[in-house]
Amino acid sequence: MGQTQSEQAVQRLRELYRRYGYIPYKMSKFEPYDLYVHNKSFLVSEDILTFTDADGRLMALKPDVTLSIVKNAKEGAGLQKVYYSENVYRTSPMTRGFREIMQTGLECVGEIDLVAMGEVLMLAARSLELISGDYLLDVSHLGFVAGLMDSGGAPEECRTELLKRMGEKNVAALGGLCRELGLDPEMAEDLCRLTSLYGPPAQVLPQLEEMVRGERMASALAELRDVCALVPGGNLRLDFSVVNNMDYYNGLIFQGYLPGLPSGVLSGGRYDNLLHQMGRGDGAIGFAVYMNLLERLEHPEETFDADILLLYDDATPASAVLREAEDCRRAGQTVRVERRRPEGLSFRAVRKVG
Amino acid sequence: MINVALPKGRLGEKVYQILEEAGYPCPAIREENRKLVFENEAAGVRYFWVKPSDVAIYVERAAADVGIAGKDILLEYQPEIYELLDLGIGKCRMCVAGGVDFRDRRDRTLRVATKFPKIAKGYYSAQSRDIDIIKLHGSIELAPLLGLSDVIVDIVETGKTLAENHLEVKETIVPISARLIANKVSYKFKYEEITRLCRRVDEQREEAAQ
Repeated sequence: MGQTQSEQAVQRLRELYRRYGYIPYKMSKFEPYDLYVHNKSFLVSEDILTFTDADGRLMALKPDVTLSIVKNAKEGAGLQKVYYSENVYRTSPMTRGFREIMQTGLECVGEIDLVAMGEVLMLAARSLELISGDYLLDVSHLGFVAGLMDSGGAPEECRTELLKRMGEKNVAALGGLCRELGLDPEMAEDLCRLTSLYGPPAQVLPQLEEMVRGERMASALAELRDVCALVPGGNLRLDFSVVNNMDYYNGLIFQGYLPGLPSGVLSGGRYDNLLHQMGRGDGAIGFAVYMNLLERLEHPEETFDADILLLYDDATPASAVLREAEDCRRAGQTVRVERRRPEGLSFRAVRKVG
Repeated sequence: MINVALPKGRLGEKVYQILEEAGYPCPAIREENRKLVFENEAAGVRYFWVKPSDVAIYVERAAADVGIAGKDILLEYQPEIYELLDLGIGKCRMCVAGGVDFRDRRDRTLRVATKFPKIAKGYYSAQSRDIDIIKLHGSIELAPLLGLSDVIVDIVETGKTLAENHLEVKETIVPISARLIANKVSYKFKYEEITRLCRRVDEQREEAAQ
């Protein structure tokens, strides 16, 4: 039996990132709890598995890799490009309770420009392509959304609520909330339109142009257009219902989907605000692929545990048994040697030595 | 082909009626039998009946591309889905109800019996109130009658059951109606099909309202 789909995928992804000059990043299974508690809302789930270390310090089984990478990246030392493949421990709303989740991804920390953004988005697209030929990569820009909210005078404290409804593509409720908050009706209409937009950049970008109000939206749109132009292929979609916490994420954000899987397998974006909160002036962009979802993609299971079952008894010398088995393996078959037929296993062929 | 999860019961039948008139008929569904899955290849649709509270799970995990679920279920389970349309049917209210002569005293922990612990907890914690939640699976109205709880948090349609048992609505938490929901990934890969279904259902609904 070969490697599982996810094992193969991890290897191919590492090779891909290595070819782009990214450096492997290895971290320990647990870290001091402090790191996570200060940035709790950055995490996908706020639940953290903790325990007390031998010296009395509170430790956490890592719920995330990004925070540790950012903490250890030196400021002003040029771009730090790293990739990782780690298990993280978090709860998921679908299962409740903690799960071990295998995550492979990369981060690029430093002065982020168009080249860096284009490269990361391209790597996201390539990653999905490596796993399954058919994929969709949804892209959004939080700067554009925030700019639109600015123009309508949406107060900071209700933006999370607005984003939540955008994430559900719940246009009716979004409109209702805007009215309730007394926001500018024109802005509310655009926000609803933005939420229901979905399509390739060539089709959606012109519609975004009509919504531009102010410098922030104009520069966000320009950035979005430039980045999309750098990533070839028809698998890019613009979707502003892809949202994330604005306290940490600021610009481009994206999410990747494969047919046959119930939820997104890749998630990433630009998170300069996290670095600002950590007292740094530069930025970062990165993404993660949720490898444990890929087992759903497994091809039909093999019907046999081995090609040949080779049976022997006391009459055959041990060397003859092993030699014959080795000959079959050299011919490319998998061979199991036993005295008796094992229960519960199946073989393509069963035969006696000799 | 779109997979549609319909909630068993009266609401589901009403919803199927709308879908049928919107151009997604499947005559086999009206036959009396024990089949669980009904398909109409020509219309590109496959229906199945599931327990109303399970619709969101089928959709969240992509066993169904779209489904119809009450807002109560969506609020309680908070599934990761798109909520595309308010169908405006199956209307009712999520309420706090209690005995006609029950007086709420804030110096005691309020005992709340409900099928919707998350909604109840959310409602009271927004008022900074500590409550004792008693999760029940049915006949919620019985709880205050027997002194099991002080009040209940439940769905109220006409209020008839409440009145017959000397109970009344104390507060309305949120209005409820049936919503058309979609799996997030299905929505992207079957964008044309799902948005078309949505549009037709919306038109059908408006026509019916006139």
